[in-house]
Amino acid sequence: MKFTLFLISALFVSNVSYAAVDPEVAYIFNTFLFIFSGILVMFMALGFAMLEAGFVRKKNTSAILLKNIALYSIAGISFYLVGYSLMYVDVGSYIGSLGGMFYNPTVDELALLDGADNVAAIADTGYSAPSDWFFQMVFCATAVSIVSGACAERIKVWPFLIFAVIMTGLIYPIFGAWTWGGGWLAEMGFSDFAGSTIVHSVGGWAALVGCIILGARKGKYAADGSVTPIAGANMPLATLGTFILWFGWFGFNGGSQLAMGSAFDVLAISIVVVNTNLAACGGVVVAVILSQIMFKKIDLTIALNGAIAGLVAITAGPDLQNHFTSIVVGGIGGALTTFAILLLDKLKIDDVVGAIPAHLVAGIWGTLAVGIFGGGDFFVQLTGVLAAAILVVPLSAIFFYILKGTVGLRVSEEEEAMGLDKAELTGEAYPEFK
Amino acid sequence: MKLVTAIIKPDKVEALRKSLTGIDIQGLTILEAKGYGRQKGHTEMYRGAEYEVHFLPKSRAEVLVDDKDLEKVITTISEAVKTGKIGDGKIFITEVSDIIRIRTGERGAEAIS
Repeated sequence: MKFTLFLISALFVSNVSYAAVDPEVAYIFNTFLFIFSGILVMFMALGFAMLEAGFVRKKNTSAILLKNIALYSIAGISFYLVGYSLMYVDVGSYIGSLGGMFYNPTVDELALLDGADNVAAIADTGYSAPSDWFFQMVFCATAVSIVSGACAERIKVWPFLIFAVIMTGLIYPIFGAWTWGGGWLAEMGFSDFAGSTIVHSVGGWAALVGCIILGARKGKYAADGSVTPIAGANMPLATLGTFILWFGWFGFNGGSQLAMGSAFDVLAISIVVVNTNLAACGGVVVAVILSQIMFKKIDLTIALNGAIAGLVAITAGPDLQNHFTSIVVGGIGGALTTFAILLLDKLKIDDVVGAIPAHLVAGIWGTLAVGIFGGGDFFVQLTGVLAAAILVVPLSAIFFYILKGTVGLRVSEEEEAMGLDKAELTGEAYPEFK
Repeated sequence: MKLVTAIIKPDKVEALRKSLTGIDIQGLTILEAKGYGRQKGHTEMYRGAEYEVHFLPKSRAEVLVDDKDLEKVITTISEAVKTGKIGDGKIFITEVSDIIRIRTGERGAEAIS
């Protein structure tokens, strides 16, 4: 993203055909966009927490909430320590350096705070370095949130948190370096506006690997192939979480315009916001209609997944200039996600919240859609999709197996029956409702 | 004295209470219950997968009555909760050897009048 911003600012500094905005004013607006959008994306962490708390059973509520607040905090620290550096600092083709560890404001920025007269030099950088760091960090956290929901109700807390360190400090930053960091995929022309692949598929692949290695929750799949659904405890929370994610997504996609210091950028952000909203609407409507047709009744949880699917699908290319196209992209995302939910049950892959259908499947679709409806080259887009799989699947498998072989990945059958709240935490989420 | 136990549809509890109050019956206990009779269970669906629900939610009403009121109570309960469709439930009667009102120590029919 940073890479793109340099291109955009270069373009407009040299090609101004309207009254130019003062560089300091542009700096203020760009920085404001990063901070404001980053705060919206941070709120998505709560969205994931509520969605997941709604989809799990009552006895695993505290555990899933703990995983969510801990993973967000781990993401922040490990992205600060190494993640950002590996993703953005001196990226060659494949990985950045460790030169940007312990990320801090730039020397010039610190000088300005000390009273130096270097506003012009600072303003020319386009935005403040900490605002950019913050915006990138909240994206990193999103990728791990996807894993926690899929693997819920049976993964042990500590091994999951160790995996969160690896995901945010290594796996996500490497793929990020290939793309937004300016590495080989970016040079090929791979186009992923706000991260259908970079955030959502990367998280989705890790979730898929985690679910396969963990195995299904006890009692869900019988030997004769029948499925015993394990219904989520709290649909109001699941719905609240979905709406919060939808809300935060305006920052996720809107902020990924990366600049707000010109009429051009503000217009582009407006288009992105409209498309983001329409795609989610399309995802929900298609999921509702499909579940009515296939099951003769509407399934709320699939409607909720449909919203996420529409949002994920449009994330690779929310800058489409014809709004109608985004309804199509989101709607197809909703349909693919609905089919993927059924397919996963056939494969006996137990994804508690539908993260794999909504983030991985819709993420792949959205990335390819840029090669169909947007400005991307289809085969380059496909290369990016495959590259994510080739990087994330083996890496996360290695780390999940190491955890499984050392500290163990899954709680015992007894603990699973008791619930993780009692087995691993000091108490249940609703101790007075017996 | 008799204990009249009725397994009824949960949404009929309020109608039952009203009718029994109407014939001057002084006490009623309701328990939440689950069960099945000839009605069996039914199929539900979550995320595209069907599953059987074998036990249906029911309410279990318990009323203590004097022998002379028994038939009246049975008729009243039946009229209050009957829909004519499968799943209306059952009423069954148990002999009670004594009843004690704890507060006053009254016994037998006096304890429920």
